[in-house]
Order: sequence, then structure tokens, then C-alpha cells
Amino acid sequence: MNTDTQAMFTETAISRQKRHIENVMRIFLLVITSMMIIPLLLIIGYLLYKALPVLSLEFLFTNPKDNMRAGGLWAPFLGTIYLVVVSLLVSAPIGVFAAVYLNEYARENWFTRITNLAVVNLAGVPSIVHALFGVGAFVLFAGLGESILAASLTLAIMTLPVIIASTTEALKAVPMSFREACWNLGATRWQTIRRIVLPNSISGILTGVILQVSRAAGETAPIMFTGAVFYKAIAEGDIFAYNITEQCMALSLHLFTISTQVPDVTEGIPYGTAIVLVGTVLLVNAASIVLRVYLRTRKKW
Amino acid sequence: MNTNGDNSSQITPVIQVSDLKVRYGDKSALNGISFDVHKNEILGIIGPAQSGKTTLLKVINRTLELTSGTTVEGSVKLDGVDISTINDVYGLRRRIGMVLPLPVGLPLSIYDNVAFAPRTGGIRAKSELDEIVERCLQQAALWDEVKDRLDTLGTKLSGGQQQRLTIARALSHQPEILCLDEFSIAVDPVTTMRIEDVLDTLRSEMTILLVTNLVQQAKRLANRTAFILNGDLIEIDTTEVIFSDNPTNQATYDYVNGNFG
Repeated sequence: MNTDTQAMFTETAISRQKRHIENVMRIFLLVITSMMIIPLLLIIGYLLYKALPVLSLEFLFTNPKDNMRAGGLWAPFLGTIYLVVVSLLVSAPIGVFAAVYLNEYARENWFTRITNLAVVNLAGVPSIVHALFGVGAFVLFAGLGESILAASLTLAIMTLPVIIASTTEALKAVPMSFREACWNLGATRWQTIRRIVLPNSISGILTGVILQVSRAAGETAPIMFTGAVFYKAIAEGDIFAYNITEQCMALSLHLFTISTQVPDVTEGIPYGTAIVLVGTVLLVNAASIVLRVYLRTRKKW
Repeated sequence: MNTNGDNSSQITPVIQVSDLKVRYGDKSALNGISFDVHKNEILGIIGPAQSGKTTLLKVINRTLELTSGTTVEGSVKLDGVDISTINDVYGLRRRIGMVLPLPVGLPLSIYDNVAFAPRTGGIRAKSELDEIVERCLQQAALWDEVKDRLDTLGTKLSGGQQQRLTIARALSHQPEILCLDEFSIAVDPVTTMRIEDVLDTLRSEMTILLVTNLVQQAKRLANRTAFILNGDLIEIDTTEVIFSDNPTNQATYDYVNGNFG
């Protein structure tokens, strides 16, 4: 008996090998994971180090000066905010309602399948193609001209499929049994959606929408030909300084021009611009995480 | 609505199923079954898994049509009216209480769980809702356990409590027919017995369709029992006959006595 038990717990060649592979894989995966973090820290650290001489509140709230060789970021910073806000005001409601239709109402047929396929493919279209579409559809055909509106609509078209996809995922996470229970009680689809499905998927939906802020803020190609301009001075400190039918500056395009097109820019300014761009996006992402944590504590199953 | 029919009255069947065929795509789930359900009886429906019992319930409250790719032939009449001709499908579903195999506490408070159907039906008055919630929870034998914490989440209750909550919810829209689909599958034996007592009481107020995986449960509760096998109605008769030594069909005898299934 005793020897049997001992034999049972003695390490065999197979179990030793299993343990060995387990350790190797764990360390391998840990190293790979760390390799993701290191470049991020290096990039942000280097940018901060280089940008430190120019970073100040004044940098954020004054226009570029002296042919963009000096001064601050106010015009491009405000321009980016306009573009992001207007594009999300368009794409978030359309995307969320479209996803609700596709996930909650649409029957499984060829039309639904084609629509879903179109959404997936639209998400994979390169942003320069969206840009050309924007020029054709909004700037020329709709007659909006190069304007904040045209650029925002182009960005909206670009973010729309991703919002639809992320909203669909959030809706699918609500168990089917909840819906069936409601239908069995004589609730309509909309009553079910409003009382059960949306309240329990809102955190996922909002997260998906907010993550598109970083894409809309970071893209250069879609706005280059549709509404973003090389240089434009606006009233400093006035958040209503832009009119959406006019062109605007944008951080991403501004960073591109001062890094490649303008000679003799004060050294810290491109780094400062990059930090403001990254910082804005990170701030929005952080806000989305806080919101998600808050909404998840109210999740009820 | 009915004339003074007593329990054994066969004048107006509450439900008349005739030659009901259901297919999922090209797979047949029910191959043409016909039977009547009488007022205020408990009709036990037994049969092995995949024999079409759940499908039958879904046809009756027309939730099957929410699944795409299903075709239904034949007719189901409720109080003599073909349900496929009813325009107000939500009203139809309110006349039928449905309890599914796995308890589903909606992610709402206990109170809101029970008040869900009355509210979606347009009842707003707090006093009226209070009354419905208390009555239904009492009928489902859950009131005493939860009356002091009606604002806690329904999803936080134990499995057995959630199933009684589900029954309370199914009663909240005052159905004429209560359908239970293997309600005891995720419930402990003690709770099962409590719910069986509840059903025994409810039979005076409504008609009950009891789909069950436990043949003994049908024997304990049902006035009549139907045996369904692979989409065919093998036999329907009084529970005494089905569980006797000589039902009409040998398969019934074999299933009831645990020789297969």
C-alpha cells in the first residue's frame, strides 16, 4: 500500500517533460508580453524628454507663429477636437442603431449576410481610400467643399464599421436567454432591447465608440484632402473659433507638416505636438476605462 | 368566458392541436400531431430528449417564429381561434405563461422581475404593481423568502429561488395557460416538491402543460399524460392508463418503466 502510494507520486519521464515545457512556455509568453510594453515606454519617454523644453499651458493655447517655426498648438488642437466630436456625433448613433438592427431585428438571410460582409470589408479599407471617397462624395458631390464637415463625415465613414462591429460584440454578450424570457412575457423586441439588452451592453458599446476617438484623432490621410489645412490662425482661447463649414488645422497633419515640410522648426515643437496628440488619445482612453469600470460594477449577472 | 364546465368537461378544449408539423430547415421536429387540452387540467408531456416537446410549447406561444428557418403546418387553436390568425402576438403570449428549463432571473431587482410583464403591458400604478408582485410571489411560494429584500437582484438568488421567481414572473400577466418545460432540471428535489405543490394548487385557476423529463412527476401531477417520441404523439390518455401495466402502445410502457430513454 505504502509503496504503491509512493510510486503514484514519483515523477515519471512524461510528467517531468510536461513540467519543463510548462515552465518554458510561461517564461516565453512573459517575455513576449514585456516586449510590447518596452517600446511604448521608450516612445513616450523619449517624446517627453525631447518635448519638455516647449511643454506648457501656453504651448497648448497659442497659435503657431513665425511660419509655424515657433508658437503653440491652439489651432490644430482645437481642429482635432472639432473633427473628432463631429465625426463621432455622426458615426456613433448611426453605428449603434445599425448594430442593434442587425443583431436584434434582422433575420438570417442573404441581405443580412451581405450587410455584415460589407461592414467587415469596410473596416478593412485603407484610410487613403476613405479619403478619396470623402473627396468625391462630400467635398465635390455633396458640395460641402473642403470643410470640417466634409472631413468629419469622411472620418465617420471610416469609424462606422468598427463601431458597428464592436457594438454587435457588446450586444451578443447579453445572454440569449434574457431575450427569450422577455419575449415569453409578451414584451416586444424594442421593449426587450430598451429594458434589458441596452442597459446591460452599454459599457461595451461606449468602450467601442470611445476607442474610435483615437483613430479619428490620429488619422491624417482622410482629412488631408477633405478639410484639414496647412495653416490657419484662429482666435486664441475661443473654443468656438472654428465654423464647421470652414477648413481647420489638425494635430496629425500639423505634426506631419512641421516634421517634413517646414525648415528650421524649433526643436521641441514636433515632439510637443506628438505628446499632445498621444496625451489626448490616452486621456480619452483612460476616461473610457474609468467609465467601463463604473458601468461594469452595475452589471447584474 | 367558458360555460360552467367542471374539471372533466370536454365541451370546449382550451387548446386544440391538429396535424401539427414543424420543421427546422429540412429536419422534421414534429411530424403531424393532434390532441386537445382541457380546461383546468394538468397535461403531462413526456418523452426522451429531442422528441419535440419544447418545440410544441414554442409553437403554442408563437415564439418559434422568432427562430429563422422554421416552418409550421397544421393548426393550433386557442379557445377555438387559430393562433396563426391572431394579430396581437404579444397579447397571445400574455395569455400563456412560460417557464423554461434553466431559471432565468432577468438582470433586474426581484420586484422589477415580476413587475416586468405588467409594466410592458401598460400598468403604471405603484399600488397595482405592488399587489401583483406580492400575489405572484406568494403563488410561487417565494414571498416569505424574499419579501424583505425585493430590491436585490433576481440574478443573485439561488437556482431554486430563481426558478420560483421565473414562475412568479410567468404568473404576473395572469395567463390562462401555464407551460412548464422541464422546470426541475436545475432545481433541488425539495424545491421541486414545493413547486409541484404550487402547480397542484394552480390547477384550479388555469390549465397547465407540464413537459417533464421525470416520468414520475407526470404520474404525481398530471390528469392526463401524452407520450411524444421522435416528433410523433405515441399515446395520450389519462395518467392512470399511461402508467398502468397495459397502455395501448408498447413503447409507452417501455419508456414509462425506464426500459429506454
